Amino acid sequence: MFDHLLHRLRERLVEHLDTPLLLITLMIMATGLATIYSATYDANNRAFAQALNMAVGFVAMWAVAQLPPQKLMRFAVPLYVIGVVLLVLVFIAGVKVNGARRWLSLGFTRIQPSEILKIAMPLMLAWYFHKYEAVLRFRHYLIAGVLLLVPFGLIAKQPDLGTAILVGAAGFYVIFFAGLPWKVLLGMIVGVGAAAPFVWTILHDYQRKRILTLIDPTTDPLGAGYHIIQSTIAIGSGGPFGKGWLQGTQTHLEFIPERHTDFIFAVFSEERGLIGTSILVVLYLLLIARGLMITANASTLFARVLAGSVTLSFFTYAFVNMGMVSGILPVVGVPLPFMSYGGTALVTLFLGLGVLMSIQSHRMLVKK
Amino acid sequence: MYNRHSPFASQDSELDRFRFRIVIAAAVVVLAFSVLIGRFVYLQVFQHEYYTTRAEDNRISLVPIPPNRGVIVDRNGTVLARNYTAFTLEITPSTVDDLDDTIERLGKVVEIEHKDKRRFKKLLDESKSFESLPIRTRLSDEEVARFAANRYLFPGVEVKARLFRQYPLGPIASHVIGYINRINKTDLAAIEEKGQESNYRGTDHIGKTGLEQKYEFQLHGETGYEEVETDAGGRAVRSLKRIPPVSGNNLTLTLDVRLQQMTEKAFGDRRGALVAIEPSTGGILALVSTPTFDPNLFIDGIRSEDWDLLNNSPDKPMVNRALNGAYPPGSTFKPFMALAALELGKRTPSQAIADPGFFTFGGHTFRDDKKGGHGMVDMYKSIVQSCDTYYYMLANDLGIDNIARFMGPLGLGSKTGVDIEGESEGVLPSPEWKKRRFRKPEQQKWFAGETISIGIGQGYNAYTPIQLAQAVAALANNGVLYRPHLVKYVTDSKTGEKTMIEPEPLRRLPWKQQNIDTIKKAMVGVNKEGTGARAFAGASYESAGKTGTAQVFSLKGSDYRAGKLKQELRDHALFIAFAPADQPKIALAVLVENGGFGAQSAAPIARMVMDYYLLGKTPDGPAKEDESATEEE
Repeated sequence: MFDHLLHRLRERLVEHLDTPLLLITLMIMATGLATIYSATYDANNRAFAQALNMAVGFVAMWAVAQLPPQKLMRFAVPLYVIGVVLLVLVFIAGVKVNGARRWLSLGFTRIQPSEILKIAMPLMLAWYFHKYEAVLRFRHYLIAGVLLLVPFGLIAKQPDLGTAILVGAAGFYVIFFAGLPWKVLLGMIVGVGAAAPFVWTILHDYQRKRILTLIDPTTDPLGAGYHIIQSTIAIGSGGPFGKGWLQGTQTHLEFIPERHTDFIFAVFSEERGLIGTSILVVLYLLLIARGLMITANASTLFARVLAGSVTLSFFTYAFVNMGMVSGILPVVGVPLPFMSYGGTALVTLFLGLGVLMSIQSHRMLVKK
Repeated sequence: MYNRHSPFASQDSELDRFRFRIVIAAAVVVLAFSVLIGRFVYLQVFQHEYYTTRAEDNRISLVPIPPNRGVIVDRNGTVLARNYTAFTLEITPSTVDDLDDTIERLGKVVEIEHKDKRRFKKLLDESKSFESLPIRTRLSDEEVARFAANRYLFPGVEVKARLFRQYPLGPIASHVIGYINRINKTDLAAIEEKGQESNYRGTDHIGKTGLEQKYEFQLHGETGYEEVETDAGGRAVRSLKRIPPVSGNNLTLTLDVRLQQMTEKAFGDRRGALVAIEPSTGGILALVSTPTFDPNLFIDGIRSEDWDLLNNSPDKPMVNRALNGAYPPGSTFKPFMALAALELGKRTPSQAIADPGFFTFGGHTFRDDKKGGHGMVDMYKSIVQSCDTYYYMLANDLGIDNIARFMGPLGLGSKTGVDIEGESEGVLPSPEWKKRRFRKPEQQKWFAGETISIGIGQGYNAYTPIQLAQAVAALANNGVLYRPHLVKYVTDSKTGEKTMIEPEPLRRLPWKQQNIDTIKKAMVGVNKEGTGARAFAGASYESAGKTGTAQVFSLKGSDYRAGKLKQELRDHALFIAFAPADQPKIALAVLVENGGFGAQSAAPIARMVMDYYLLGKTPDGPAKEDESATEEE
């Protein structure tokens, strides 16, 4: 009898969890913990703190996974509205740190409203397209574009290019999966190309500098180019097999900046070499592949576009981060998913996983 | 799903289109990740070696360890220049954001004076980047402790133990020892020329004058290296390899610093020079130029007040008069003239002239200092009484070419090659010299009348005190001439091996011993019954000497009365001597600027030096001027 109860409980606990997603994520996180340990053990070890973050994230994921997508839909509008209002408040009365106005002070703590939009944005747009599924016209894409651009603009203005890109990409993926006509997409790509010179003029100096030093980091070896130069040296000197765990000289002699957060990939790459980085890339590919499978099997438009957006967001994180650390993309503040140290980002990622699991486990219920 | 279809349109075709988009997305993902993998392969396989080198360069830095500079001791082992360790507070400007603010705050922890800031600014302008520069030197233990407690407030600032040069005897023998000072651009060029750049990494001082300069590459030593692993902040994490430095070689001088000190004291506050040589080796026993200066002032970069004081003083303490000052030898020239006459057969010792007190040549009258003359004068009397007329006539008989040809090999009018820099050539007059010296043809011609005053050491004659000392030492040494030198031997710091500097004789002058003895006998007479007799009264050893007076101001025939003249217009006093007369152990030349007669101020100093060197007698104060002494007795 007791055994039976225990069995039921266990079943209830794992009922909505997706085993492949979970396994892949666990592998990435284990790699991440080991790397964080290596990056921080000789000063201020963060591995334990990150494990706690993971536990919190796991609970959040589990909770979201229990909710059927229809219930998730109810959060869409309130979350989005709250997020945008808070962004406006940041714009008016945010706390300035290092020249960027990203935080709202609540007295006891500070929050970063742009983080909310990482989830709220795809949720909102998915809800919007779902609502007008039967009557979709071109103007709906335009309105969706406006819903996307308002928070995107507010975040980019803070300035926080990394988060703006992530939020913007998440929204764009929804619009893409909701059937944005190819002609429009093509037109947009051409338009972006044409607008680039204009965008150049409105970019902040430090952003321009980042782009310029990306093209040739050696022009500013002690300033903006330093991060890229040092992380590239770390990756290159890692070689095919790496220097071994805890053996990275670039890491342990503190040449790599932000080595347990945004630049953790350089640490990993230096110590694990091409073999390690290839395995990591494959893990991300598997994660995305599983996400796309869930997307393909999703039963409603809302679930489909949301799952697609969340999955491709993982891709965006991973690609932009590895691209910037290895010197082929500009340095923007994007963490490496499930690897970089940081509670907020991790919880956001876990929420995304929860959404995918919810969609996967509830797909039949709708059809029935 | 830009829905042109009816709401009842096929769900499946909708789904197909959607899945097509997923495939496109997947393709983009794979493509993007392939680009990443390509990048990693490029960096980690093809560029691996390059980046490994870059990482090693990052990680390992070579830190030079400057060697201990060699020590300088005198012939008895008394230390003249040494090193000591002291703590300095140093800033690496490239690692400090706000230099002024850092210095301002540092000033609250340790005392930083205005001059420290000024020196730092100066160093900052001259320095290479990434070099740490001292803001304060010689910290007390308490200051070191106070900074250590506040260290975390000052990134880029650290306390370093550095070696400092010290001259324990201060101003004594400063013209000989010289001093070290911070390396400047000219020094750098010299270092590069010697191919010593790498050996001077980590060294910031270099010898500027004196022995410190001349023996720089002996004293410096070999720089060691430490391979250290450094972190991104430039902090040394651990040492990988250490090649210890090799200390510089030590110099042992021929100089006797007690004699030097005694001599400097004997000059009192008079300006002048003295060079004392051991005739049998050429080793310099004392090389004095007064006034002196304290070389310790220069080590950290001299304060401008101190520099102005030294540089603008009318006494010119920075000039090494023994080497750089060229003075007419006056009557100290006469023994050499007499020797020339004997060697060239122009006179015999007993051949005498009748001295009327003047000599007329070409309508011009050359006067003797003694009115009415000395009567009958042979060679002995001409030296003992310093008879001018004898030498006017002799110069005329010898001719300028013979004089120049005889005096040249004695080292007069050319650099002696002593082992410190700053020597003047002086002037050994000759028709050739005059041609070189003057541009206008009418000035280039040598007039026979000009030869006459050459005979008594006046005219164009100008020699440095060290040249006179070398010449008198050669005479004392019976014609064997040595290059004067200050360093006796160099001790290799690694092997302890001593390299002797004592040179071979420069040349053996082909003089007849009989002639030499004649001159020596006359010079002994000077100190017994002649112009040097008062100064050497009661000496227990037999000495030989010759007084001299060099005209500073032409009196145009009127009487010379020292008391009536301003001090700076008084004649220079000279004296050359050696002792003991039969076995000379010391030969010297003394010059007292504006000292009047040689017998008056130069000879008493010579007496003190000889008493001290030969008998160990210490005088109780500066040499007294003999006010009643005159050029002739």
